[in-house]
Amino acid sequence: MTPSPVQSGPAGSDGDSVVRAHGLTLSFQTADGPVHALSDIDLEIGRGEFVSLIGPSGCGKTTLLRAIADLEQPTGGNLSVNGVPAHEARLARGYGYVFQAPALYPWRTIERNVTLPLEIMGMAAGARREKARDYLELVNLSGFEKKFPWQLSGGMQQRASIARALCFDPDLLLMDEPFGALDEIVRDHLNEQLLQLWAKTQKTVVFVTHSIPEAVFLSTKIVVMSPRPGRIIDVIEADFPRERSLDIRETPEFLEVAHRVREGLRAGHSYDD
Amino acid sequence: MIAVRNPWMMASAILALAALLFPLSAGESALSWSDIPALSVSVLIFAAMSVWLARGALRGLPLGLLLLGAVGLGGGMSLYVLYQAGAGGEAQLGFWLFIFALWTAVWCGLDAISSFRSLNTWAQRLADLLVPLMFGCWLLFLWEVLTVGFGVPQVLLPSPSMIAVRIAGSLDILAADFHQTFIKAVISGYVMGCGSGFAVAILVDRVPFLKRGLLPLGNLVSALPIVGMAPIMVMWFGFDWQSKAAVVVIMTFFPMLVNTVSGLSAAGVLERDLMRSYGARYWQTLFMLRLPAAMPFIFNALKINSTLAMIGAIVAEFFGTPIVGMGFRISTEVGRMNVDMVWAEIAMAALAGSAFYGAMALCERAVTFWHPSYRQRR
Amino acid sequence: MTIEGQGAVPGLTARIFAGHAGPIAVVVLAIVVIWYAGAVYMNAPRQMDVFKRANADWGAVDLIEGTWAQDRPILPAPHQILAELKKTIIDQKVTSKRSLVFHTWVTLSSTLLGFATGAVLGIVLAVGIVHVGTLEKSLMPWIISSQTIPILAIAPMVVVVLGAIGLKGLVPKALISTYLCFFPVTIGMVKGLRSPDPLQMDLMSTYSASPWQTFWKLRWPASLPFLFTSLKVAVAISLVGAIVGELPTGAQGGLGARLLAGSYYGQTIQIWSALFTAAALAAAMVVLVGVVERVVVRAMGGRP
Repeated sequence: MTPSPVQSGPAGSDGDSVVRAHGLTLSFQTADGPVHALSDIDLEIGRGEFVSLIGPSGCGKTTLLRAIADLEQPTGGNLSVNGVPAHEARLARGYGYVFQAPALYPWRTIERNVTLPLEIMGMAAGARREKARDYLELVNLSGFEKKFPWQLSGGMQQRASIARALCFDPDLLLMDEPFGALDEIVRDHLNEQLLQLWAKTQKTVVFVTHSIPEAVFLSTKIVVMSPRPGRIIDVIEADFPRERSLDIRETPEFLEVAHRVREGLRAGHSYDD
Repeated sequence: MIAVRNPWMMASAILALAALLFPLSAGESALSWSDIPALSVSVLIFAAMSVWLARGALRGLPLGLLLLGAVGLGGGMSLYVLYQAGAGGEAQLGFWLFIFALWTAVWCGLDAISSFRSLNTWAQRLADLLVPLMFGCWLLFLWEVLTVGFGVPQVLLPSPSMIAVRIAGSLDILAADFHQTFIKAVISGYVMGCGSGFAVAILVDRVPFLKRGLLPLGNLVSALPIVGMAPIMVMWFGFDWQSKAAVVVIMTFFPMLVNTVSGLSAAGVLERDLMRSYGARYWQTLFMLRLPAAMPFIFNALKINSTLAMIGAIVAEFFGTPIVGMGFRISTEVGRMNVDMVWAEIAMAALAGSAFYGAMALCERAVTFWHPSYRQRR
Repeated sequence: MTIEGQGAVPGLTARIFAGHAGPIAVVVLAIVVIWYAGAVYMNAPRQMDVFKRANADWGAVDLIEGTWAQDRPILPAPHQILAELKKTIIDQKVTSKRSLVFHTWVTLSSTLLGFATGAVLGIVLAVGIVHVGTLEKSLMPWIISSQTIPILAIAPMVVVVLGAIGLKGLVPKALISTYLCFFPVTIGMVKGLRSPDPLQMDLMSTYSASPWQTFWKLRWPASLPFLFTSLKVAVAISLVGAIVGELPTGAQGGLGARLLAGSYYGQTIQIWSALFTAAALAAAMVVLVGVVERVVVRAMGGRP
């Protein structure tokens, strides 16, 4: 199998599309032969959307997110982010990334963790501190600037890492199971906060999860994926109002969407043992 | 029958009472307990107290402090017997049984203090410090009593008091030796060795090929007897401190290299991906992520090297020096059987070594305060 | 996840250089080359002196050949050291005082004796420290802080003082080695005996296992990897102790005595060959401990 070089996507052909993938494949060689982590992915994510990637482990949802972030090199197809190839988007600091774990540097205070990307981008110290204060307030962490990460709870740490991803004001927020390690009560709370944040900042969010209620609750669009090879099975639009509370999870509309997602996942799983 | 809750104290009481049955010392100035009535009464009081404590009258910190106080007095008395009453070199069973009684009491007291638990961090820290400190004092006392009581010849093992006298009497020599060996050879060699090890590590880290080739060799070299290079260094760099510094450089280079290289790969995958997602340059990633993450490793090497540097410099002086230096003094005074001077020199080496190590450990605490082993919720 | 080299079969050179063997060989080769160059550089002045005194015509080739063949070079060339090693190891009778095998054996025997007693002492101390709280609180700080003291400085005194009361030869040196190597073993073993996590310890409690059973069924097996790691350190440091212990004895035998004699008489080749032997010995002993470790771990069902 010869990899075809990744072509840059058509630049800015559609002003409203933040991420545009066409025929995207990513496979790598292992001792047991090639693994197709992504196979023929077509996906378009519009400005201001909240898109969840959901699927069982090994379906390539994280790989897709990492490819968008240029942390993974696709072996074929087109991928453009903000109208430019993913690599250029990364160098232009076009997105903020939130990992499964907070990945805060333990030797830096919360404030200096949040200003880390600004430091790398060469912003002046005073402006940095101002930004940090604003964004820590946004994630309800005011007053914790001088604390060290290990003095905070897991949920607070993850909120700080969200502030870090937002502080240089990227249009696109990539989140890789950010609340996966937290307990459900904290998670519900953070989900609500995330929605408020999204409404306030008007960012585009790509969110990887393996929880159906989380995906349905948060998203405007749910991308259901399936493993071996990693591919998209279904794309479900969920048009709940932007302002929503946890209560909508009891409504018939919510349950219907959740049901569709579950059906999609089951279909992808049917040949799986 | 009384209920014995604390067998150690009972043993201590029995030993103290048994001691009274035997003579204190033999020889010309033979002593028995009746010669020093005040002492005999004190021992009786001590035994009575031990019985009282054996019934479990006190526990925890009060018990420990009371016992340490009592042992302090008892220790003072036994030193009096040795020096003033002239039992030195002739101590008999009565004396030794009393020392044993004190020993069990000390053990019991330390036991009591070490089980002390307090929510007050300062009280806890003090208690945790008291135990090893008192234990050290006890060992020193035991050393003194054994050497003097048995009349151990000075060439074999001088008593701590003799060593102390010797230290006080030859401060100028000790200072000159310290300057020659520690200030000149150890410090300069340490700085050069650690510095070059660090620099090469940064270089090697950038070239994976070198890393794969040099790292296993570096690991091997740290198992080799590098001190053996000392005679060669003496030939190359002369008798003065330069050759010692050269030995120190070789000895400290490899631990620093190996530790720094493995420290540089200690940063987590997520943390690195984060830097990539910002499009950070190599140097930015190095200074903001990888070096801070490597600090625990680097300090590990700095601490190991502080000891190695001392060893290297002193042993290198065994192969030839100008007539000053700690290693030189040790080897020549050993030849003259001035063992107390050797011990004085060793005491200074120990002090310098511990202080050096302690300084590094303090720096480590300040720099890697975030590491799980130092963390405390503030 | 990397995707480099996918599909294509990597070439032979690529495969050699991808592992460890290739780079190590290259680095070693580089060291040898630098060594020869260094020998030329360091020995050249004296060689030129020799030529001058003999009033001989000489060219670059003569100079280089000369610097690699001096009797007492400042830096002997590797092949001179190898020749000396061959002469003193293979050509001499083993019992001869000129045989390096003899000297190596003198050093090795005290190293091994000291190592064995030191390891046993270290293990016993560690077991005591783990089980007796007071022992830990009172002894452990001293054991750790005595690590910071240059113990080797005592070596000559131990040897001379013990010699004065009639203890000579093997025992004093072994004593130094013992002293040096019980530290790492104690420290490593305490860490190892404490390594079972609380859940595993709780499991033993739920079986109401005795301390003895907990020790043999949990603590001891869990500590073995730590033990072997510290044994490797200990065996190396034990050799250092034996060599340094041989320095003040007046050069009767042993690698340390060879070093000292070499430095007295300026016999650089002899020093280097003793160093090489000591290095080989250290490496061999560490490797041997590693082999034992692998066998033991495999016997315990662990992954080799």
